[in-house]
Amino acid sequence: MENSYLIETRDLVKTYPMGEHTIVALDKVNLKFEKAEFTGLVGPSGSGKTTLLNIIGSLDSPTSGSAVVMGRKVEGLSHKQASALRNHHIGFIFQTFNLLPVYTVFENVEFPLLLLDYSAAERRKMTMVALDWVGLADRTRSKPAQLSGGQSQRVAIARAVVKKPALILADEPTANLDAENSHHILQTMERLNRDLGTTFVFATHDEKVIDYLRRKITLFDGAVAKDERMEPQRPGGEKR
Amino acid sequence: MIKFLFKGLMRDRSRSLFPILTVVIGVMLTVFIYNWINGAQFNFIDSNARFNTGHVKIMSRAYAREADQVPNDLALIGVQSLVDKLQEEYPDMIWTPRIRFGGLLDIPDAEGETREQGPVMGMAVDLLSAGSNEPGIFKLEEALVRGRVPQRAAEILISEDFARRLKVQPGDTATLISVTMQGSMAVANFTVAGTIRFGVEAMDRGAMIADIADIRAALDMEDAAGEILGFFGDFMYRDPQASQITTRFNAAHGDDPDEFVPVMDTLLHQAGMTDLMAMLKMFSGLVLVVFIAVMSLVLWNAGLMGSLRRYGEIGVRLALGETKTHIYRSLIWESLMIGVLGSLIGTAVGLAESYYLQAHGLNIGFMMKNASLFISNVLRAKVSPVSYVIGFIPGLAATFLGSSVSGTGIYRRQTSRLMKELES
Ligand SMILES: Nc1ncnc2c1ncn2[C@@H]1O[C@H](COP(=O)(O)OP(=O)(O)OP(=O)(O)O)[C@@H](O)[C@H]1O
Ligand SMILES: [Mg+2]
Repeated sequence: MENSYLIETRDLVKTYPMGEHTIVALDKVNLKFEKAEFTGLVGPSGSGKTTLLNIIGSLDSPTSGSAVVMGRKVEGLSHKQASALRNHHIGFIFQTFNLLPVYTVFENVEFPLLLLDYSAAERRKMTMVALDWVGLADRTRSKPAQLSGGQSQRVAIARAVVKKPALILADEPTANLDAENSHHILQTMERLNRDLGTTFVFATHDEKVIDYLRRKITLFDGAVAKDERMEPQRPGGEKR
Repeated sequence: MIKFLFKGLMRDRSRSLFPILTVVIGVMLTVFIYNWINGAQFNFIDSNARFNTGHVKIMSRAYAREADQVPNDLALIGVQSLVDKLQEEYPDMIWTPRIRFGGLLDIPDAEGETREQGPVMGMAVDLLSAGSNEPGIFKLEEALVRGRVPQRAAEILISEDFARRLKVQPGDTATLISVTMQGSMAVANFTVAGTIRFGVEAMDRGAMIADIADIRAALDMEDAAGEILGFFGDFMYRDPQASQITTRFNAAHGDDPDEFVPVMDTLLHQAGMTDLMAMLKMFSGLVLVVFIAVMSLVLWNAGLMGSLRRYGEIGVRLALGETKTHIYRSLIWESLMIGVLGSLIGTAVGLAESYYLQAHGLNIGFMMKNASLFISNVLRAKVSPVSYVIGFIPGLAATFLGSSVSGTGIYRRQTSRLMKELES
């Protein structure tokens, strides 16, 4: 049953002790995600978006309840198993890009493959394919500091997709970008979603992102307030 | 992956330059100090062997007991046959008899009256017989300041400072007033052939070097000698071998209660040398330990700050699926690269300095003014095969220790905490 969904959460709760109180970051979240979704988590600051992404991404574990990601119970994974899950199946994109500053564009994108024991030739080929997708095949030797914000985020996307993961989790990917770059990024991700069937889950309050979504989940105080299917609003956003 | 780490390390100066510099300095000092101590030790052993103890020394049991008072009435007799026997039994060694003596050196004026006078510490060695090793052992040609080395009977050398004090020129006459083996007064005339300076304070204060045949005649010591010194052919002291020879030699006379039986002793056993050497060893060991400790602390600190700064990077790498163990190992790999690189550079610099000071030396004569130690005033470092590897011990130990301790910070932090660092 649970295998039919890419992600399934059951009564997911995350609390943080805060002196005498506890902060409830997630309050009994029940969500199901299918393959190849293009879904956004929206909601005010502090509503639990990042917390949910981190648990799905096996970077954090729930206080109670369960999150099953690709058939694996996140809360039961050892540190090593969680690493393997991320390593093979999950790509992350961050608000602040988080490229490794001392490495070139090529090396940044190649890095996840180094952890996966691909041969040098395979790594080279896959890295170039990924950089091609994001339109940066001509900047392989640049250092992150020499790139614009939009270019940096495209490198980060290439790094997330290079190993062709089933799931990409993106926390506010456009928050540090201007409108034009945001659209460019979103179109790139949409294309990957369409061509590779990669599932995208965003946390965002960016209206531009919301325009591209096919499903919008609204969180409020750690609980799911609304869960809507939508038609992408952007002219560039095509239906599947 | 290693290549990947290396690239990152080299490009990030803050991560490589300071730690490497720390290692370089520490390793350099370790190598340098090691060579220095090594040099001092070598110098000390070498000077002692040449001027005082030999590699092994034979004295009569009675003489040995009061050796510092130079009791020539207790000297060995039948020396020639003993030396012959030794030479036969230990053909690889050099055996040479010496007589030490004390006395007054009297410098007469034209009328034969005393012009200057001073106490003298004399050493009678074989200067004149063909093929004698003594001029080489004393490095007389090098030590010569004025005049020349004695070439015929009744010629002596005296130390330069002593000569100046007595206002003696090469060619002047000097009269030795001393005591014969039997205890009566001895007077003998010599010609000062030259003056010498060994650069060993204990030898340069008031020394006189004479040919042993002259002194035997003057002190009535026919076929006698205070001591017989033995040297290894290559002049390198090897304690195990010296001990072995000594044991073998002494076994032959061990039970003989005779006071005049010859007994042999090694260099290290004479005059508290063992303690001095043990002290030097302990000192060099201590220096090494201190360097490892201090460098570990410094590097640990650097590593700590380094990984604090790098928690962001570590967060990303965790998100990309790297395990903490893998990251921890990579930190240790990085530090080992720093350790190896720093040790290589540090060793090279340390060796260069040491070679320089091996060739040129450093004058410590001012420190040795009143010392009675046989140690050369010019201290030279000495490079040995160990010098090439000694620096790697603190270099690698410190970087390894530093990074293994600071790296555990990764484990102490929750993955989600590390991720939080990304959001700043
Ligand atoms: N490590 C933590 N310790 C304590 N409280 C935390 C921690 N992480 C998150 N929280 C709290 O949990 C709640 C949800 O935080 P979360 O970061 O998921 O919100 P968010 O929806 O991502 O907000 P934003 O839009 O500002 O990024 C907040 O109240 C936050 O203060
Ligand atoms: Mg957030």
